Amino acid sequence: MSAEYTADEMMSVAAARALGDGMSCFVGIGLPSKAANLARRAHAPNLTLIYESGCLGAKPSRLPLSIGDGELADTADAVISVPEVFNYWLQPGRIDVGFLGAAQLDKFGNINTTVIGSDYHDPKVRLPGAGGAPEIAASCGEVFIVLRQNPRAFVEKVDFVTSFGHGTGKGDREKLGLPGRGPTLVVTDLGLLRPDPETAELTLTELHPGVDLDRATAATGWKLKVAGDLKTTPAPTEQELTVLRDLEKASA
Amino acid sequence: MAELLSLEEAVGRLVHDGDTVALEGFTHLIPVAAGQEIIRQRRRDLTLVRMTPDIVYDQLIGAGCARKLIFSWGGNPGVGSLHRFRDAVQHDWPVPLEIEEHSHAGMANRYVAGASGLPFAVLRGYTGTDLPAQTATIKPITCPFTGEKLTAVPALNPDVTIVHAQRADRSGNVQMWGITGVQKEAVLAAKRSLVTVEEVVDELEPRPGAVVLPAWVVTAVAEVPGGAKPSYAAGYYERDNAAYQAWDEVGRDREEFTKWLNELTGVKA
Repeated sequence: MSAEYTADEMMSVAAARALGDGMSCFVGIGLPSKAANLARRAHAPNLTLIYESGCLGAKPSRLPLSIGDGELADTADAVISVPEVFNYWLQPGRIDVGFLGAAQLDKFGNINTTVIGSDYHDPKVRLPGAGGAPEIAASCGEVFIVLRQNPRAFVEKVDFVTSFGHGTGKGDREKLGLPGRGPTLVVTDLGLLRPDPETAELTLTELHPGVDLDRATAATGWKLKVAGDLKTTPAPTEQELTVLRDLEKASA
Repeated sequence: MAELLSLEEAVGRLVHDGDTVALEGFTHLIPVAAGQEIIRQRRRDLTLVRMTPDIVYDQLIGAGCARKLIFSWGGNPGVGSLHRFRDAVQHDWPVPLEIEEHSHAGMANRYVAGASGLPFAVLRGYTGTDLPAQTATIKPITCPFTGEKLTAVPALNPDVTIVHAQRADRSGNVQMWGITGVQKEAVLAAKRSLVTVEEVVDELEPRPGAVVLPAWVVTAVAEVPGGAKPSYAAGYYERDNAAYQAWDEVGRDREEFTKWLNELTGVKA
């Protein structure tokens, strides 16, 4: 008998599991930060967390609300300037994983956090913008994306490419000379998607326990491809849930 | 040598209508009090520069001080959108706001070029994104040595940069520590600079890892205890996360915002 858990908890746990011990991770705020801190506490004590505010090797005891909370600086191996984070640490490809969120994501893993609507100058919704994401998506060894799955967020083609994923398909990153491998994993509240090795189109490879395929298909704004050997994500363990809930309690 | 001035006098002397003004501070040490003094003095047609326009820029934009915004991420960190910024971009309220949009890496490098006295900076950035098509200050450049295609962004040289620091001495030497973001570059890139500080002390005690801005690169220092609130000043006070959450309600509504603004400027409704 496994413990009860929410879809958001399953998402955070699944995202955390993707981060291995000894990796370095450039962490976006929100869901990525929660997953990265869970990973460090649950199974990857030597995971290096890098925040764009200049906190290198941050070990926060609670979840930061912003990427520059004092807790991040106080627990970091080093606090460096913002130009240094981007120029010395990110740009040369020193960081294994970039962990990002998204407002809109398309089937090739391109991310939009700039505007909703087709006219940049007259947007339906003005979003916050790029932040560090375009260069994180370009220069990290690979990119993990975490966001809730629904047809508004999962679109055939993003309204604006803020951060480049796989463009229009396999080979686009190489053509542009982008150093990193780009998005290799998308974690949602329903399951996991990975780029198809032949086409780079995001394909459902895992469903979370209790989620049926129709629900995942309905939550996707493009005709979702499903892997031949679709698997079920292992449910969160007691240990993972305890660590996650303690982390959230400490942050409240 | 930096002059020690009151905040009111410093903003009055250093910030003029039509200026390009950068207020920097990456989550930490945001010069909020100085931004609100600009609102009180009713500056207009400013080109505001900031990597992460947060609630103090939402306030400046909502108060109608800005004509243009140069930025890379405009949100209320951990809370959501900036509603005054959104309203200005989507509905021209209270005045139209032109935007020049970059990434963090691009903005940081623009300040580095400005501080270095160079016309532009080079980075591996923006590749494949839709930003270069919308932002004239992002251009391709080829490395003359390797032939690699890179990106050039022009230097930022604000008329005035304003930052907040923990301490200054009576000669105007400034010391800050913790997350220091892009403040050193932003001050060195600017024609004039104002540093508000938590306290002015007789002697600056050396601190490992601190950023020091010598008095001869700072135009004015103003002692403003609490001048970074609701952001934080390491060693003095913590970030007031509740205030950031509360701003969402105020900023969301034009009437609520106007009430807030009238209170700040002392206008009787």
